[in-house]
Amino acid sequence: MTTRPEVEEFDHPDVVVVPHGPMLLRGATSVQGVDGTVHDVRRPVVALCRCDKSSRLPFCDGTHKVIPRR
Amino acid sequence: MRMPKPRGPLSEWVVARLATPVDGGHAPTADEWDDECIALWTLHEMSYRGFEDAADDAEWQPAMLAVRHELEVALEQRLRRRWPGADAEVADVPAALEAVVAADDGPSLADHVRRRATTDEVLELFRQRSVYQLKEADPMTWVIPHLPVRSKAALVELQYDEYGGGDPNRMHSHLFARGMVDVGLRAEYGAYVDDALPETLELNNALSMLGMHRRLRGAAVGHLAAFEMTSTLPSRKMVQGLGRLGLDGPMAAYFDEHVEADAVHELLAARDICATLAEDEPDQAAEILFGAFTCVDLEARLATALLTSWDAA
Repeated sequence: MTTRPEVEEFDHPDVVVVPHGPMLLRGATSVQGVDGTVHDVRRPVVALCRCDKSSRLPFCDGTHKVIPRR
Repeated sequence: MRMPKPRGPLSEWVVARLATPVDGGHAPTADEWDDECIALWTLHEMSYRGFEDAADDAEWQPAMLAVRHELEVALEQRLRRRWPGADAEVADVPAALEAVVAADDGPSLADHVRRRATTDEVLELFRQRSVYQLKEADPMTWVIPHLPVRSKAALVELQYDEYGGGDPNRMHSHLFARGMVDVGLRAEYGAYVDDALPETLELNNALSMLGMHRRLRGAAVGHLAAFEMTSTLPSRKMVQGLGRLGLDGPMAAYFDEHVEADAVHELLAARDICATLAEDEPDQAAEILFGAFTCVDLEARLATALLTSWDAA
């Protein structure tokens, strides 16, 4: 069954940059967008747009998935 | 909720036995797929909220478990026969999940809602969806104790958001219930089960089976990943379609919530739940892909059935 010992200390970063995807941010309570607007955050993890094409910046809306990868 | 209307001899037997448990005896054979689907749905529901007209202790009655088992074996065989299988070695689970989702050539209900659906068609879609959406995320909660530490923590992180982070008003199933009321439909749990197509019931039965069986944990989280990976863009289309029909209240807000939520959930599911599970338990990698395939396949079958009934296929 389990091949890894379950006593190790795992990485659990607060900020994760996803390849060809958004930036995941854990534990934030507010995020300021490029236009200066401050958005309240109520979910434990948010995805911030990195492709700049999201319809709800600064958050990811999945649009990057339909943009050809450079 | 009261038990659903039987759809054949098997579901008639199941409903009667759940109302008045008697041990022993043989269940009759289902005469149709529909009969089989509603029978298994009813048996599974005993492990969720149950029915006011069923005996609570019938949930674990050996005779009822035997029927449940037989129907689940048939269901699993059906699902596995459709699956083309996975490569012998799955090196990159998130990429393999993306490939399963990309290979889906089923019709899109969200596209239809965005461009052409009538209000009646959208309401019919909500009645079908309500069978799952009013207990959204519940089948996946069964999976938590079946997982090793990293995938378990990630699944809890995801489920916490599904359940509104502890705020009942933000719980996704409750957001959906408020949406149902707003569009003039009934919001009580199980309200439209009698209207559910067999495709809807099978989709729910598969999810319950994957959730409840430890053996199927890989398939369960693979299903979750595919579900989340096919949610953000369709949810946006649903918001646009509801706006087109002037239904831009709480139901649109429900789908709007899923755009941002599922942009996060799809990554947690593919990377932190599925990929770590496959790392810890390599034999689960293929199972994860089986679950993902099952999700897109069952969704495509429901979409085809609905679009065909609307003459929009």
